[in-house]
Amino acid sequence: MPKRILALGLGNILNRDEGAGVYALKELEKILPEAIKSQVELVDGGVLGMDLLPYVERASHLLVLDAVDIGAQPGEVREYAKDEIELFYHGRISWHQLGFQEVLAVAKVRGKYPENVYLIGAQPADIKAGIRLSRKVNNSVQKMAKRAAEVLESWLGEIKKKKI
Amino acid sequence: MANRIVIDPITRIEGHLRIEATLDGNNTITEAYSAGTMVRGIENILKKRDPRDAWAFAQRICGVCTTVHAIASIRAVEDALGINLPKAANLMRNMIVAQQFIHDHVMHFYILHALDFVDVVSALKADPKKVSEIQQSISGWPNSSPAYFAEVQKKVKAIVDSGQLSLFSNGYWGHPAYKLPPEINLLGVAHYLECLDWQSQVTKIHTIFGGKNPHPNFVVGGEPLPIDMNSDQALNAEKLAVIADSIKRMKDFVEQVYLPDLLAIAPYYLEYASLGEGLGNFLVWGEFPEGQLNEIDKLIFPRGAIINRDLKNVIVPDPRDAQKMKEFVTHSWYKYSQGDEAGLFPWEGETVFNYTGPKPPYEYLNIEGKYSWLKSPRWNELPMEVGPLARVLVLYAAGHKQTIELVNLVLEKLKAPVSAVFSTLGRTAARAIETKVIVDLLQKFYDELIAEIKAGNTDTFNDEKWNPRTWPKKALGFGYTEAPRGALGHWVIIENKKIKNYQVVVPTTWNASPRDHKNQPGAYEASLVGTRLADPGQPLEILRTIHSFDPCLACAVHIIDPRGKKVGEAGTGFNLVVR
Repeated sequence: MPKRILALGLGNILNRDEGAGVYALKELEKILPEAIKSQVELVDGGVLGMDLLPYVERASHLLVLDAVDIGAQPGEVREYAKDEIELFYHGRISWHQLGFQEVLAVAKVRGKYPENVYLIGAQPADIKAGIRLSRKVNNSVQKMAKRAAEVLESWLGEIKKKKI
Repeated sequence: MANRIVIDPITRIEGHLRIEATLDGNNTITEAYSAGTMVRGIENILKKRDPRDAWAFAQRICGVCTTVHAIASIRAVEDALGINLPKAANLMRNMIVAQQFIHDHVMHFYILHALDFVDVVSALKADPKKVSEIQQSISGWPNSSPAYFAEVQKKVKAIVDSGQLSLFSNGYWGHPAYKLPPEINLLGVAHYLECLDWQSQVTKIHTIFGGKNPHPNFVVGGEPLPIDMNSDQALNAEKLAVIADSIKRMKDFVEQVYLPDLLAIAPYYLEYASLGEGLGNFLVWGEFPEGQLNEIDKLIFPRGAIINRDLKNVIVPDPRDAQKMKEFVTHSWYKYSQGDEAGLFPWEGETVFNYTGPKPPYEYLNIEGKYSWLKSPRWNELPMEVGPLARVLVLYAAGHKQTIELVNLVLEKLKAPVSAVFSTLGRTAARAIETKVIVDLLQKFYDELIAEIKAGNTDTFNDEKWNPRTWPKKALGFGYTEAPRGALGHWVIIENKKIKNYQVVVPTTWNASPRDHKNQPGAYEASLVGTRLADPGQPLEILRTIHSFDPCLACAVHIIDPRGKKVGEAGTGFNLVVR
């Protein structure tokens, strides 16, 4: 099966730092060397919910950029490998309540979970309605993008090695 | 205070719907209160804008019920300016509306509603051979072998056993209110997983006619996509073939999976055929115009109001009647210039926020005063239910043959009297019934579009009134549509080429509205009274009835507290919990 690497930026840019993942993706697009960019797919997933399932399911390697509330200092960037991301299904009232973890969970049940999943997240400082990142998270976005580029590069390296 | 339970999907964060219910000593609901805890306010954003742009803003009211607000908005402006649509454009719009219904209803049933009735854990006990026999007896759907269902069961078992993945973990599995045998449960789970493949293949009409989905593009005066068999940029033979294929997939799934599943599940939940109705008043603005917008007698889904279940005297409500169509804010966080006991006709409507509720986080709302961001729309001073049940009842009363046949089929299967339609189960069945009616209509619209194209009628845009210099100094418009969740109306006043006033009355505002100036409850509030909860800590029965309305309230913040499962339970939008 051919390898497909997907970097997905998630979040709502109308809620300030909640959109950190989307901003990080844009930054990644700027700094990513052309040679890598041509071999990966960069997607602004916004708040699309289950519509993202086909993207997730066709990826062999999935890198997720998002705001995460981990009780850390605002702006702190943390990374999580596949098994550290909890997947769940929740009782819901409407479509609006679909979380990305449910998209991942559904992919898993359907036997289409990517071989590799990696999350780079930033602790938000302010998620009130608004269109700019807070100063602290603005700095994190650079860091998220830099780390994302490194992860993508290492994935490409691994894939190349396996081919040889 | 009596024992009051609260279901608030996102405690501690703003947004969504909150239900507070008071129980008696027997755990039966005596009173219920429905609160929208998030404000919309798009009316204020639209003021002073070019009316031709309004649809693009209005469509963003909701990211789930895409298209519906755009359709109501362009129709309101076309009504105000007296714009007639070319036949092909009207057919294309009808197809857009039809696709939205079919996609939305199927996904609502499987992803949001089915698990209120289908117990995933029980599916592990099913005999795949028996499931296969059941599937083959109810339809010709190809995924029906014992091996197929054994495979689905294996997948679900792997997840339950792994313990690592808590998918499905927050359902009320094992709750005494689950009644299906394991085989029907496995059938439901299998189709839950299948509809996720289906959904990605049935949005082609939106992506082709409107360039993208969700939120396709529209234009006042027609459809933005031209028809030209010799152009790659236009609607051509290749794109029509893609649409034809998409329609077939919709039809197959509705006829061979959705409707048969409904008929297989419903007989086990007959108690829901006698509870969960509430008001007995129903309103439909109408949909699928076959003539021009204001030719009400040419609507396939007729405009109608039913009062107190009286199907013999369906009234044709006039959305332009300022005496009958009013919104009240007595219990809503708004302020009216004439005082909060008054009702305002939408053309004279006001959107002035006035939050008087408790500072979050709070335990209970002040139900004596204002307690919701939803207004209370009323027709002739009465609360009305809108949505699939209202539409099916109006079609039934109008003698729509296919609807009558389908209603009778369901009632026969349930061995239930006609009064059973006024219920939670009736609402859920009505959704499936109208989906079947609409999927057939969609095929009809497609065939008619092909006929128009063959006859050379390929215009999709009427530009006569595009230039604002052709507009009157002042114009009033009403735009209607039937959204999947019910009657939707946009009222616009255009003055000096700009929007002077704009009011939107959405289906969930009708259904989820708080009490009004006469203290009359809204549809959700009324529907819950009398329902007994087996376990108030797991109020599954409330969710069943509220889900049967298919609530749609906009999403708020997408973030989660990893320490408290509670926020997770009610999670909204995009959440990432990290262990």
